[in-house]
Amino acid sequence: MTGALRAEWTKLRTVAATGWLMLATITATVGLGTIVALAVTYRSTGPGQDIPKLSLVGIQLGQAIIAILAVQTISGEYSTGMIRVTLTAIPRRPTLLAAKAAILTALVLTAGAVAVLGSVLVGRLILPGHGFTAAHGYALLSLSHGPTLRAAAGSVLYLGLIALLSLGVATAVRESAVAIGLVLGLLYLFPILAALVTDPQLKRHLQQIAPMTAGLAVQATTNLGRLPIAPWAGLAVLAGWAAAAVLVGGLLLRWRDA
Amino acid sequence: MSATTAPYRSDLPAGRDSFAQLLHAEWTKFRTVRGWVITAVVSVIAIIVFAYLGTFRHESGVCTGPSPASCQAGHPHVPVGPGGEAVSDSYYFVHRTLAGDGSVTVRVSSLTGLRQTGNGNAVSTSDLVGAPGPVQPWAKAGLTLTAGSTLGSAYAAVMLTGAHGVRMQYDYTHDTAGPSVSIAGARWLRLTRSGDTVIGSASADGTHWTVVSSARLAGLPASVQAGLFVTSPQTAPSQQFLAGDRAGGQATAANARFDRLTLEGQWPAGRWRGQDVGANGQTSTLTSVGSHPSSGGFTVTGSGDIAPAVGLPAAFTDQPSLTGVFVALIVLIVLGTMFITAEYRRGLIHTTLAASPRRGRVLLAKALVIAAVTFLAGAAATAVAIPLGTRLLRSHGNYVYPTSTLTELRVVFGTAALLALTAVLALALGAILRRSAAAVTAVIVLIVLPYMLVIVAAVPAGVAQWLMRLTPAAAFAVEQTLPQYHQVDYLYTPASGFYPLAPAVGFAVLLAYALIALGLAGHRLRTTDA
Repeated sequence: MTGALRAEWTKLRTVAATGWLMLATITATVGLGTIVALAVTYRSTGPGQDIPKLSLVGIQLGQAIIAILAVQTISGEYSTGMIRVTLTAIPRRPTLLAAKAAILTALVLTAGAVAVLGSVLVGRLILPGHGFTAAHGYALLSLSHGPTLRAAAGSVLYLGLIALLSLGVATAVRESAVAIGLVLGLLYLFPILAALVTDPQLKRHLQQIAPMTAGLAVQATTNLGRLPIAPWAGLAVLAGWAAAAVLVGGLLLRWRDA
Repeated sequence: MSATTAPYRSDLPAGRDSFAQLLHAEWTKFRTVRGWVITAVVSVIAIIVFAYLGTFRHESGVCTGPSPASCQAGHPHVPVGPGGEAVSDSYYFVHRTLAGDGSVTVRVSSLTGLRQTGNGNAVSTSDLVGAPGPVQPWAKAGLTLTAGSTLGSAYAAVMLTGAHGVRMQYDYTHDTAGPSVSIAGARWLRLTRSGDTVIGSASADGTHWTVVSSARLAGLPASVQAGLFVTSPQTAPSQQFLAGDRAGGQATAANARFDRLTLEGQWPAGRWRGQDVGANGQTSTLTSVGSHPSSGGFTVTGSGDIAPAVGLPAAFTDQPSLTGVFVALIVLIVLGTMFITAEYRRGLIHTTLAASPRRGRVLLAKALVIAAVTFLAGAAATAVAIPLGTRLLRSHGNYVYPTSTLTELRVVFGTAALLALTAVLALALGAILRRSAAAVTAVIVLIVLPYMLVIVAAVPAGVAQWLMRLTPAAAFAVEQTLPQYHQVDYLYTPASGFYPLAPAVGFAVLLAYALIALGLAGHRLRTTDA
């Protein structure tokens, strides 16, 4: 296993794209968060804002780049034929997938932590200037605040689970275009469908099973009672999707010829 | 001893290097890959199946038509105006018969607002006692003349509004501003009818009159009902981003004092009658409306609106029927990308470019083939999905806004063209990046993600407006079926089917993206080795 881990680490480390994609994830996440933080201003009327969730909105863009990184980890091997060398070196396929998953998750959690900390910092610096001050009932964003810490840590875990989901899907379908289409379809289509369907019951169920809507429930810090699904339960739904994808991918990897 | 042998020459005639040949080659490539044909068919099926899912609903409460007689209890009806559009026609009317030409003049000495105090829309008269509220910007008090007693009849009116000054409005959609005025001061209004023509005038002092506008109501009968009216629309809804909470939409009323009421022309003898027009209509109204005579005039309280109907509850456009377009969009983005990246992956690009060394034309042929396939698939699917979805919505008792055939054709072919251009954009990015994962992600992030962020209100309204102007997602404007009316305050957002750009302009944004990407792809193909 140590050998497999070292091999996967070497492969990911020596591909230039890995570093660029991690950097792009951080830039995209913090960038979208900055735009939204600059565009929002405090209004005394109407319901209040969920400040931590607002600062972490960039995750919705950042996850697309995480998905590229995860899909390339396995699809890249199929498109170049590298997979045959890899499987000759590590014939135990579950070990290979586990090693890939471990290295990928470690990288994504690192990039995710930087992106989330950057987003929270941006929110902390910008939002008070836009009226979200203690006088208006908004405390300065801080990780010492329980729900904010849960939103931030949950967002990092969310990105890790998105990477595992993408890895599982890509292992199952191999072709990178199809894999990324499936992953981004799973993520972005459910919220659109939930917004467009006319039946309120169906809408709520869609929001409860959608990997993104359920998973990002972990970012909510206000009005928890009105969420379609509770924060940690939502993240568990995404974990279920990721586990199912990795399982199917692992079984297919084991049964099929490369 | 060496004999010279003639080199082998094929007996087959040389292939013609025509563009038609190239198109045929690309079409053969598409047609013979089973997975790609299946993908195109899947996108058609997705659009149709999701039209069913999108419109899936069991209960509702609306029916249409000029009379509520055909509706079940508790199902209000939506009147249709002279132009065929859904309208709100709900106000308090103090009227007499005008049997020919004539005019009516009045002074509006005050206009105040009443707000709903209880929760929900069921409001009793007692809820309003002592509940003065802000006057709504589009609260209306003035003079009107209506052709018939059915809701949705032709009319012309001149009025004082809460915050938009004096206006002349007729037949629901037409609105002209008069001289601006504060509602604190007295304001004189006059409505003059001669034949089919109705002229609205305003004056600050009752002696110097300014014509606001005139309206020609074709086929206006000789005998019409004319008089004073007051109405006040629901509060404008607002949506908080991130939470999706909607606020507003509460019924309001307005109270106006009219005096110095004078009539000229052919008014048969009779007395003024008060009538609560369109009560219990589709839009929520306050019930404590009415009138009572005051010195030389009337005090009238009214609730509702005389305007195009926007944002009715349980009322839909084509939007839910087209839910599947987003599924098809992602499927076709993958297809468009693979149409070029598969050639790089398998090395077929070397054969393709050897057979047709003029590389720009190869890209053009590919773009035309993928555009034609996706356009036809999209047009066929939406042409089925829209009637199917509309039928399902109606069968579940929902209201579907009436639209003209021309608008429906624009939605069908616009959506098909949107799918085609997105596939071309995917092809072009595939040719530029030569990596499927990056190209597919780039196109999805450019067109699907902005729409998703906007429709679930994940970004503030200002950012949302700019996303729908600057990204290729602007092209979803081709699906807008209802015009945006400045004289009705409403949440005009993509989530409710309203886009910041006109359909053609929004489409042009996507076209520009696709053409620029195609140009860059052609440049890269010509200047870089395959």
